[in-house]
Amino acid sequence: MDEAFLRVRNLTVHYKTDDGTVQALNQVSLEVREGETLGLVGETGAGKTTLARSIMRLIPSPPGKIVEGSVFLENRDLLRLNELEMLKVRGKSVSMIFQDPMTSLNPILTVGDQIEEVISVHNPQLSKDQLKNKAREMLELVGISSDRINEYPHQFSGGMKQRVIIAISLACNPKLLIADEPTTALDVTIQAQILEMIGKLKEQTNAAMLLITHDLGVVAQNCDRVAVIYAGEIVETGTIQQIFKNPQHPYTIGLLESIPSLAKKVKRLNPIAGMMPDPTDLPVGCKFNPRCKLSVESCFQRIPPLKDLGNGHAVRCFLRDKD
Amino acid sequence: MTDKKTLIKVERLKKYFDTPSGNLHAVDDVSFSIKKGETLGVVGESGCGKSTLGRTILRLHEPTDGNVWFDGLDLGQVGKTEMKNLRRKMQIIFQDPFASLNPRMTVGQTIAESLLIQKLYKPRDKKNLEKRISDLMEMVGIAPRLINSYPHELDGGRRQRVGIARVIALNPQFIVCDEPVSALDVSIQAQVLNLMQDLQEKFGFTYLFITHDLSVVKHLSTDILVMYLGKMVEKAPADSLFENPLHPYTQALLSAIPVPDPDFQVKRVLLEGELISPINPKPGCRFAQRCPMADEACRREEIPLVEIKPKHFVACLKLAKI
Repeated sequence: MDEAFLRVRNLTVHYKTDDGTVQALNQVSLEVREGETLGLVGETGAGKTTLARSIMRLIPSPPGKIVEGSVFLENRDLLRLNELEMLKVRGKSVSMIFQDPMTSLNPILTVGDQIEEVISVHNPQLSKDQLKNKAREMLELVGISSDRINEYPHQFSGGMKQRVIIAISLACNPKLLIADEPTTALDVTIQAQILEMIGKLKEQTNAAMLLITHDLGVVAQNCDRVAVIYAGEIVETGTIQQIFKNPQHPYTIGLLESIPSLAKKVKRLNPIAGMMPDPTDLPVGCKFNPRCKLSVESCFQRIPPLKDLGNGHAVRCFLRDKD
Repeated sequence: MTDKKTLIKVERLKKYFDTPSGNLHAVDDVSFSIKKGETLGVVGESGCGKSTLGRTILRLHEPTDGNVWFDGLDLGQVGKTEMKNLRRKMQIIFQDPFASLNPRMTVGQTIAESLLIQKLYKPRDKKNLEKRISDLMEMVGIAPRLINSYPHELDGGRRQRVGIARVIALNPQFIVCDEPVSALDVSIQAQVLNLMQDLQEKFGFTYLFITHDLSVVKHLSTDILVMYLGKMVEKAPADSLFENPLHPYTQALLSAIPVPDPDFQVKRVLLEGELISPINPKPGCRFAQRCPMADEACRREEIPLVEIKPKHFVACLKLAKI
C-alpha cells in the first residue's frame, strides 16, 4: 500500500465547560490511504464527530481547543494553516457530509444556489452559466433530475436532501470525504441507496473516505479498514476482516455481541455492563476498565499502549500486550 | 402452545387523518391478533403508520373504522370510565426517553403518578408507595438512590428504564413498545432489550413491538407484521419471515439491512424511489410504483391479504396467483 494520505497524529482535543474539562479526544492517531474507506465506529460521546470536525478545523473555540497533535493532509499540517488557507482546503481537498440532512441545508436558498456556492468559491473564474451547468451535472450525478435545480430544500424528502448534500460535497472533486453518520437519519431502504451511491461516486473519483458511524453493519458492508473509538481513544484498528472475525479488544468484542443477529438464533443478548464514563472524569488507566470483565491490576494504573499485532491490526489492551 | 388465549384482536382497523390536502391514510385495514405472552413485531419505514397503529389500538387515537378487542372486550363499546380502568392493563412505552418524561418530576414522582392516578395506592400511604417505587426501580435496574433525581440527570438508557418502570408499575397485561430502543447506543440497547425480555418472562406481558430495526424485531418477536403506507403487506412467524420473505417489499427491506459480517454477501434488491404520499392514495398496491414486478393489475384494485402458507400471509397479486 502506498503512503498514507491523511495522517492524524496524537490529536488531543478538550472542551472547557463549567463542569470541568471534557477530554473529547486523547492522543488519537489514524491514517487514511488513497482511495480507501476507513470506518470510525463508536458510541455517542466517544469523540467521533469531534475528530471529524478537528480535521476540518470546525471545532467551536471556545469552548473547544486542539491541545496538541497534527493533521497531515498529503504534506501539509492542516492545524498550522491560517484561516484563509484553510478556506481553500474545505470543500476542495476535504469535504464533509453531515449527519442531519434536515438541518444542514440552508432553507432559504435553492439547492442549485447551494451547489453553485461551493463551486464558485473554489473556481472564481467560472461564469454564471458555467456554474449553473456544473450544478445541474452534479444533481444528475446523485440521481436527482436537473429540472429541480430551482427548488428549495423543503421540497425534497430526507433521502433527496442527503443526495443534494452529497452533490455539494463532491462538487469540487475532493480527495478526502468525511461522512459523519450520513445515513443515520434515513430509513434502511434509502440508506442502502445512499451508501451504494457514495461507494460508486467514491470509486469514480478515487477519493478516500472517513466514514463515521455507530452502525457496525454499515462498516462491514462499506469499509476497507476500521478504527474503534472509545471515550476519546482509539482502542482497536484493523481491516474489516481482522475486526469482525478476530476482534481483540474487550470493547470491540462487547459491541459485536450486543447486536441482535439476523443469521443466528440467540436467546439472550450479551451486552457490555455499565455505561460510557463521564468525559470530565475519566477513569485512570484504561478508559474501559470499569466495564471490562477481564481487567487486571495494571489496567487501573496506566493507559495501555496501542500494540501492533501485525498486518495493520493494533489493539490498546494489556491482555494482548503480554503474548 | 396453540391453546394460548388471544389477548388482543384487531379487525379491519382504519385510522385516517383529515388534512387540508385530503385524507391521510395512516392505518388502512389492518387485522391481526396476539396471544397472551407473545410478541408481535411491527416493522416498516418512517411514515408507514406503525406508531399510529399502536396508538389507535390503545385508543389514544379514535379509530376511523374497525374494531379492537382486548381480552374479549370490544374497546369501541366501552365508556370513558371503563376505558380509564382498562388503561391499567394496556400501557405504552414511548420512543424518545428524552421527551416522554416530565422534566419537572423526579424519578419517584414519575413512577408514583401512574400508581396514584389508578388509585392503587393512597397518597397518604407514603411508606408502602415508596417501597413499591424502590422495588420497581430495582426491578428495571436503576439504583433506588436515584429516586429524587430529575430526568436531565439521567442518561438515555436510565431514562428509558424509568419509562419502563412506570409502565410495569400497574401490572399491565399488554404493552405497546413504540421504538423503545431506537434512541439508544447498541451496548445500552442490548441491556434494555434483555430487561424487556426478562420482564416478559417474569410477568407474562404481551408486547406489540414497533420498530424499524429488523434485527431487533427478529430477536424478540413471535410473529412479525410488515407495513407499507398504512397497509399490511406481509405477516408471518418471525423465523419464516426471515427465511422466506415473500412480498417484494419485505425482500427489499431485508436485503437493505447492513449485516455486521464482511463476508456476508447479499443480493441487494435496491429499491428505486421513495414512499409515495399517503394522502388520498390511488387504489391498488401502494408499493406498485417501486415494485420491480408490478404491472397494470397491481394498480387497479385493492390487494387482499392471502394465506399462502400456514400462518404466512402476503398481500401481493403476483404471489397469490401461483
